[in-house]
Amino acid sequence: MSELQEISNTELGEVLYIILQYYGYDFTEYSVASLKRRIGRFMELTETRDIFELKYKLINFKEYFSYFLQTVTVNVTEMFRDPEFYRDLREKVLPTLAAYPIIKIWHAGCSTGEEVYSMCILLKEAGLLNRAYIYATDINPANLAAARSGIIPLSSMKAYTQNYHLSGGTQEFAGYYTARYNNIIIDKSLLKNVIFSRHNLVSESSFNEFQLIVCRNVLIYFNRALQGKIFHLFYNSLAPKSFMALGLKESLISSDIKNQFEVVSAKSKIFKRKM
Amino acid sequence: MDGAGKVKDVILIGGSAGSLPIVMRLLTGMPPDFSASVIIILHRLKNAASDMDQLLSRIAGIPVEEPDDKTRMERGRVYLAPANYHLLADEEDTISLDYSEPELHSRPSINITFASFAAMYGSRVTALLLSGSNSDGAAGLKAVLEHNGSAVIQDPLDCEYPVMPEYAAVVNPGVTALTVDEIDRLFKSIVL
Repeated sequence: MSELQEISNTELGEVLYIILQYYGYDFTEYSVASLKRRIGRFMELTETRDIFELKYKLINFKEYFSYFLQTVTVNVTEMFRDPEFYRDLREKVLPTLAAYPIIKIWHAGCSTGEEVYSMCILLKEAGLLNRAYIYATDINPANLAAARSGIIPLSSMKAYTQNYHLSGGTQEFAGYYTARYNNIIIDKSLLKNVIFSRHNLVSESSFNEFQLIVCRNVLIYFNRALQGKIFHLFYNSLAPKSFMALGLKESLISSDIKNQFEVVSAKSKIFKRKM
Repeated sequence: MDGAGKVKDVILIGGSAGSLPIVMRLLTGMPPDFSASVIIILHRLKNAASDMDQLLSRIAGIPVEEPDDKTRMERGRVYLAPANYHLLADEEDTISLDYSEPELHSRPSINITFASFAAMYGSRVTALLLSGSNSDGAAGLKAVLEHNGSAVIQDPLDCEYPVMPEYAAVVNPGVTALTVDEIDRLFKSIVL
């Protein structure tokens, strides 16, 4: 049940300071509302009684922090999440990308990889997989390990298959994976041009120039100021006339560079860098 | 800053099965100018293309908005929690959205929104919990009451699906239970 301990702004600041000092992760510009709730939930899961105990354990137990990182950052994802978005990618973005001899895609905040696998399937079906390089990054090493494994619980596949077909997929979805016991493993040839690596959007800079940046339901956990910085980072990481895709409820409205982008799909939150 | 749009009072409406007709009733005949910010949390089907915001806008005669993340709330506006996201009250009267795990099989979760607004707005919150067939909302109402907000449940005897308000009454003994007519009158008076 959700009677989580409430955390004051002062307590939150103290906890975030410890994390920054001891582990180098900067959560200070994350959304306060979301962080408080996630930390409250973490304390409930770990039966941490109060903020004092939380701080003590964060300072003294590395494993406790690893679990904190895993729990407080949201890792909820799906294959072909929001099927209409993937339909728009197929129809409005991939035909343009097809003109490039080499297509570089940055999937920022890829979580456990399900949306990366989805992108690879789209690229394969468009005949672009061989010349596409996908840089899939996440703040959380445990997520990247899961993403690299290509393993998904079999129980999720019914919903994912439905998502795939709703997104306009017409192939036999089961052809993209092999089922073993209670899991499936994604066909590894789909992932041959994917580089999974750790990257912290908050503190690290651009590392390449891309034709498409996908960053869905990551920025919602940041405050407005940090969102603004990330939009600049993305802008500077995009080639002219290249694409940026956000989560369905994420917007550029409060950003000072919104006029540097044109809207490709308002509903799917796909934007294009103007020049 | 006088802040014409700044949030004054917040009315939270949570509902599940059987609540849509009541939400439609509440939004019918809204006064042209009102000062509250109204937040509606309805359990909805995932991936069902839904124009609920447009449907409710037509009924209310004013825009009912599914906010994007970090939308700045204003008074005299009605916001509908988007499907698949939890809706939270954040700093500077903004709305934050959250794609974390469903709670009690629900995303949006009524508990999460109620508790978040209770912590932020305290006694300025009135929470209305309507018809529904699961246990969401009870803990949220408790948080509202603990922060000196007002809480009302739809009278289970006047409900199509009474489980949700019934459970809320068990968790919050003595919570005010009103019929739909009474809730409508209350809503129209406090929204002003």
